[in-house]
Amino acid sequence: MPIVAKFYSFSPLKIFITLSVLFLLFSFSLYLKPHRNKELRNLSTQKQVSAGKEVWQRNNCHTCHQMYGLGGYLGPDLTNIMSKPGRTDAYIKGIITSGVKQMPAFQLSDKELTDLLFFLKAMNETGTANPTDYQININGTYTLKK
Amino acid sequence: MKTSYWLMRFALALLLLGMFFGHLASESYRFTDATQGILPFHVLRPLHVSSAYFGIIIGGLACVSLALFEIFPNLKLSKWLKIHLLLWLISICGIFYSYFTKDFSGREYWEFNPIWALPIFLSFVIFLFFILKNLLTEKKWPSYYWMWFTGIVFFLFVFLENYLWIFPYFKNDLISDLTLQWKVNGSIVGAVNQLLYGFSLYMMTKISGNSEMAHKKIAFALYFLGLFNLMFNWGHHIYLVPTSRFIHHLSYIVSMTEWIIFIKIIIDWKKQLSESKKYYYFFPYRFIMASEYWVAINLFLALLLSIPAVNLFTHGTHITVAHAMGTTIGINMMIILAGAFYYIAPPLLNKLTRITLNTLFWLVQSLLFLFILVLVIMGVKKSIWQFSDSSITFSQHQDSLSFIIVVFIVLGALLFFSLAGILLFLMQQSFIKKSKS
Repeated sequence: MPIVAKFYSFSPLKIFITLSVLFLLFSFSLYLKPHRNKELRNLSTQKQVSAGKEVWQRNNCHTCHQMYGLGGYLGPDLTNIMSKPGRTDAYIKGIITSGVKQMPAFQLSDKELTDLLFFLKAMNETGTANPTDYQININGTYTLKK
Repeated sequence: MKTSYWLMRFALALLLLGMFFGHLASESYRFTDATQGILPFHVLRPLHVSSAYFGIIIGGLACVSLALFEIFPNLKLSKWLKIHLLLWLISICGIFYSYFTKDFSGREYWEFNPIWALPIFLSFVIFLFFILKNLLTEKKWPSYYWMWFTGIVFFLFVFLENYLWIFPYFKNDLISDLTLQWKVNGSIVGAVNQLLYGFSLYMMTKISGNSEMAHKKIAFALYFLGLFNLMFNWGHHIYLVPTSRFIHHLSYIVSMTEWIIFIKIIIDWKKQLSESKKYYYFFPYRFIMASEYWVAINLFLALLLSIPAVNLFTHGTHITVAHAMGTTIGINMMIILAGAFYYIAPPLLNKLTRITLNTLFWLVQSLLFLFILVLVIMGVKKSIWQFSDSSITFSQHQDSLSFIIVVFIVLGALLFFSLAGILLFLMQQSFIKKSKS
């Protein structure tokens, strides 16, 4: 009973501080993730992947395209574009520089194109964004099909 | 108080612009080429999102500042609001300049050059000092004070987090960076909602004359539940992203606590219906009530989308857009319009104005419902495409949607015109009010 009474005597400030501390701990655990991911830090192509990500950002590719279903809706999801049959480097470069249907032609330098492809390849290696690759579990979650 | 009115006018103008750019962007889906419209799609979409969302944020801040003028007759630091407004003007001009010159150095929803984020951050710091200086003069805070305080503090924290990607440490890890990006996008909506829901509660206490309702334990319980969700439920945006399973599970569990709010809304339904009849002809109340009905619809949709098994089918489809439109137009904009009517429009309107506004009100509600319905249908179709024969390309799938896309564009345009009618009326009234005073 005293514990219950003590709980009810909690001021909003105390609850606010408790929740905020938990939130900060949770946030900082996320900030440590890149530090724990040693594989990525040793990747020799890391610089080009980052440069490619900047090209993606500067050209606002996400306004039309998605990565893991996040982004625009005018074009297809590009998370695994590099592993689709027939999607060679030359093919992808051709699409970017010539445009197709709603997609305009982008005037990118050779370096920018190469960097962008590094980024797309690295994204492809992180996992699959194809929902058919997943199976639904009884508890309402889903996991990758084995 | 003049500055608060200017903040409100600024918000109304941005909302109007946001819808205008949104309409132009929607035309790219069918009528114009992505590059050959009035402006290219990759410029229009950021213009649409930034105008609309900054309109909502500034509208929320305007409502809170106007409420503070009402609560505290001797408001402290009110002159700081001028600096606050000036910083917003600088940042919005900079953001528009950034978009028109195609300087997209930011990322989704925040595509502008990060330099323009600085005045926004400073404006929030000033607003935090402004509200604290006044709120701290009272010892026992009603729950809406807590909501305003939380909204500002968390916006500041999450806004800083929004720019962690500038550092290579975060930028170089693709998945961690994507996780943080959606942590920010999810939480920032929660922070802005705290500002607006707090104002909605304040309005309810003013209209009903029952100030005690904001001090009740249930009001605080709902506030903390909202805060809890703001902090931990953003993970439902990234169920598909191969990040830690813990984030997904935590978000799933936390999101499910929102069923409590949904059940409470259903229980209170009958009481609300009788109240709605009582205050029906009072426009501020009517917009608040509209926002509450949209809360119920959107919360139900959000609860379904937060179940990973359902999310797998809806993620990356227009169902997510339907939810976003329901929240921004149905909830956020309705609360801002309620505030604008309360502080700007005269309580007694002539018959013609009343009939016109009444028609526009119901047009907006029905068009928004149809607009959301069309987005859900588009989403269901995309989901079916994703799970069916892989030989159909994305382009072929888009072509198969041509009729429904036209319906979506037409409904969007009608919704824009209806809402524009209300916004322009409020804008005009704000200047009439100024000349009278």
